[in-house]
Amino acid sequence: MNLFKIISDIEQIDPEISERYSFYSRRNLLKFGSNLVAAGIPAIVAGSLNKALAQSGAPSAAAVAVLQYALTLEYLEDEFYRMGLAAAGLVPASDRTVISQISKHEAAHVALLKGALGTAAAAKPTFKYPAGTFTSYPTFLATARALEDTGVAAYKGQAGELINDKPILTTALQIHSVEARHASEVRRILGLKGWVSDTAQTTFTQGGVALKTLPNTTGFSDDSFREAFDEPLTKAQVLAIAAPFLG
Amino acid sequence: MKNQQEEVSLGMLPGQLEPVRVGRRLFLRYAGAFAAGGAVLASCKNGEENPTTVMAPVDLGTGDVGILNYAYALEQLEAAFYTQVIATPYSGMTDAEKTLLTDIRNHEIIHREFFKAALGANAIAGLTPNFTAITFTDRASVLNTAKAFEDLGVSAYNGAGSLIKDVNYLALAGKIVSVEARHAAAIRDLLSPKSADFAGDDVVAPATGLDKASAPSVVLPIAQTFVKTQITATNLPK
Repeated sequence: MNLFKIISDIEQIDPEISERYSFYSRRNLLKFGSNLVAAGIPAIVAGSLNKALAQSGAPSAAAVAVLQYALTLEYLEDEFYRMGLAAAGLVPASDRTVISQISKHEAAHVALLKGALGTAAAAKPTFKYPAGTFTSYPTFLATARALEDTGVAAYKGQAGELINDKPILTTALQIHSVEARHASEVRRILGLKGWVSDTAQTTFTQGGVALKTLPNTTGFSDDSFREAFDEPLTKAQVLAIAAPFLG
Repeated sequence: MKNQQEEVSLGMLPGQLEPVRVGRRLFLRYAGAFAAGGAVLASCKNGEENPTTVMAPVDLGTGDVGILNYAYALEQLEAAFYTQVIATPYSGMTDAEKTLLTDIRNHEIIHREFFKAALGANAIAGLTPNFTAITFTDRASVLNTAKAFEDLGVSAYNGAGSLIKDVNYLALAGKIVSVEARHAAAIRDLLSPKSADFAGDDVVAPATGLDKASAPSVVLPIAQTFVKTQITATNLPK
């Protein structure tokens, strides 16, 4: 299985054939709930998500596509940190608490998304890792930074797809900010700032507002304006970044 | 306030233990003003301010404008806080800490000015902060307040996303919330370096790996304790 294929499959989903997803019918919403329970999600969480879905109707095809895409990224992050923590002598004692906390969250995200997708959940792809990923700590950390910053941008890039699926939008936002916390911490361990200044960003405009002429910002560096807004990535951009990990 | 030098602090930071000392007569005057004007009562630290000043309440409005004003209010609070932090650095602030906190101050000012510009004529007025519960000379007081503000901001944006109708505004909120989350992790790392606190179990549920998402009705009462201007939000989307 390969990430590229999964994602292109998702992109080609035809809303009219959405019935193929087991949880599309209201009848199956209960099943959706039990999948969450089976996946080890606490009953209270499963219950509230199920209730929310029951109130708002079944997820749209767009939302299902986002969940599958997110699951694939979480599979990669989860496996990456598991392998890193298992590699003898890779993660120093001083950083194990941080890496373990991140790993714990990625495992929880996989379980949550698998539970939400139920039988429609894609199986974990086989990933490959560039040479040195699990033998050089600087390489491992640099990879972690790339995965976390990309994860933040990837979730952000899908928010608009979820605007009609409120409970799933909220859940995605709750994962998104956790990935941002991870990204900030990994960057700090690397000696970088916790925020991103992408020098490719040269327009300095957000939502039609020219940032550099705003009042009270005299003397602010270009970095400040870039860092203040985290930019999204499209699926195609994320794929290009994820290419080295694709089997 | 001629003879009253005691500090009055009615808006307390949750968890702060600064004693509240209010004389009975003064209390009654404040209570009367509160009942009459519904105003948020603030500190009279220097004994010269007029204790009966009643500020007009600010209403956030309806629909997406209401949500943007909600974000604008929170960014005003954060920007004012970090501006003070940099203007009067706590004792022992390292160069690295000053650089980090200056970065955050700049981001929050940009966010504040961005929302004000985006809202145009719909923008609420500038809010008057009430930072009497914060000891700006003390590192722990400043950083714990920063942590509380950043975590509050993250939970507020996460909770507000589903209330936004316009996909472009949703995208902008998404661009800002992750910056707030990056701030939160960095501040938490300053307080407890290389611990699990950057994404601690107190904010990220261990079983689901989900950050908090809070409704305006949860966030605003907390924010209000740091703002003299009364904020009303009865018309926000729910």
